[in-house]
Amino acid sequence: MEVFAVSELNRMVKAVLESVPELENVYVRGEISNYKFYPSSGHHYFSLKDEGGTVRCVFFKSQAMSLRFQPQNGMKAIASGRVSVFPRDGTYQLYCSSLHPDGAGDLHAAFEQLKERLWKEGLFALEHKKPLPAYPETIGIVTSPVGAAVHDMIRILRRRYPLAKVLLLPVRVQGPEAPPAIVRAIRYACENKVADVLIVGRGGGSAEDLWAFNDEQVARTIYHATIPIVSAVGHEPDVTIADFVADARAATPTHAAEMVSPDRAELSDRLLGIQAHLLRLQSGRVEALGKQLENLAAKRTLTDPMAFVEDKRMLLGHVQRELFHAAETRMAEPARKLAAAAASLDALSPLRVLGRGYAMVTDEQGNVLRRAADAAVGGRTVSRLADGTLFCRVEEIVLEENDRV
Amino acid sequence: MNRLGQIVALLERGDAKLADSLALFEEGTRLVSRCSAMLDGAQQQIMKLQKNPGGQLEEAPFEEDVQ
Repeated sequence: MEVFAVSELNRMVKAVLESVPELENVYVRGEISNYKFYPSSGHHYFSLKDEGGTVRCVFFKSQAMSLRFQPQNGMKAIASGRVSVFPRDGTYQLYCSSLHPDGAGDLHAAFEQLKERLWKEGLFALEHKKPLPAYPETIGIVTSPVGAAVHDMIRILRRRYPLAKVLLLPVRVQGPEAPPAIVRAIRYACENKVADVLIVGRGGGSAEDLWAFNDEQVARTIYHATIPIVSAVGHEPDVTIADFVADARAATPTHAAEMVSPDRAELSDRLLGIQAHLLRLQSGRVEALGKQLENLAAKRTLTDPMAFVEDKRMLLGHVQRELFHAAETRMAEPARKLAAAAASLDALSPLRVLGRGYAMVTDEQGNVLRRAADAAVGGRTVSRLADGTLFCRVEEIVLEENDRV
Repeated sequence: MNRLGQIVALLERGDAKLADSLALFEEGTRLVSRCSAMLDGAQQQIMKLQKNPGGQLEEAPFEEDVQ
């Protein structure tokens, strides 16, 4: 009877197992249990089980690079790999080359259903989306405090816009406790107005890793948020419900940080531009006003202030002359009439007649004597000559022949 | 920055009185220098929200884990 050493036996069984072609690459479906991850080595250890049994699995770091989700106990999964023996324990195990969640199709269907439902409800409506503030004073970040995402965002914000305060609201971003934590953080931020804009997100991962951002409560909380929210989940091709409902969607956390912050260098340039523009505007204004002033100053009123007075004086002289002329005309007319009247009066004057050698004879009472018979011998008459009066006594009256009655 | 935009718009309209426009210009220039100074001298404050021993949320400086 041959007696084997333990290690010899294990080696033999290992050789037998490894000689079976069907076991070189098998797919196994089961529920993950006893999951352990050793960060120092990067290896994952777990068991797959179903109602009837269990099998140990190891997922080495070199293969596990392809892992796109966070394995968790209780999760249904399909592993592929080769079957071999671990000689130290004498157990056989599955050396995994891939591990996928079972029922990924179901997740996708659930995603589409929820998307459809929320879309119909209007949660993705563009009218509801709030604009992002141009110059936020505080930028809130709802994400995991560890990992590349938060680091990238802080790096970008530090470079672009150090004016803003950054407030991290640390949350778990995967696992069952992630959605309520994200909901609480967003609600807290809104109720306490701790930021002007929020970035909600995480770095890349498998569809399962990003699942918290497909949560209905998270979506509704984002919808009802009073602070504008930028979603930043995973990498460019990853799309979550949060992306649809957020006010803006960033392809990556880095991109989100760029979206919420004005760039310092750009701002500086713009400020310089504004300053130059202000200066141009103002000097233009001053120049225009200066020209206006020059034009005004060139006016005669200002260059020759007495001109105004001179003008008025000339006008006054003119008016005065007209007045005199009018007055003269007015005065000359009656004078002329008077002279004419005086001339004709003079011509008719009895004194003129007397001047020609005639005399007017009256009685002592002044009655004109037209007939010689009106006088009486011995009576007195008065003879008026041009230059004097003769008081006469009638000596004799001789009547002319043809005057006799 | 918003006020600066307003000031530029007002000056562009050009109907302000000279004294007013000078005041606007001065205000604008002051704002530009202030904004520039803020940009140049800004030291970003990075905080995180955490629970204090009393269970209340409070802000504390956030130190990134150096990995």
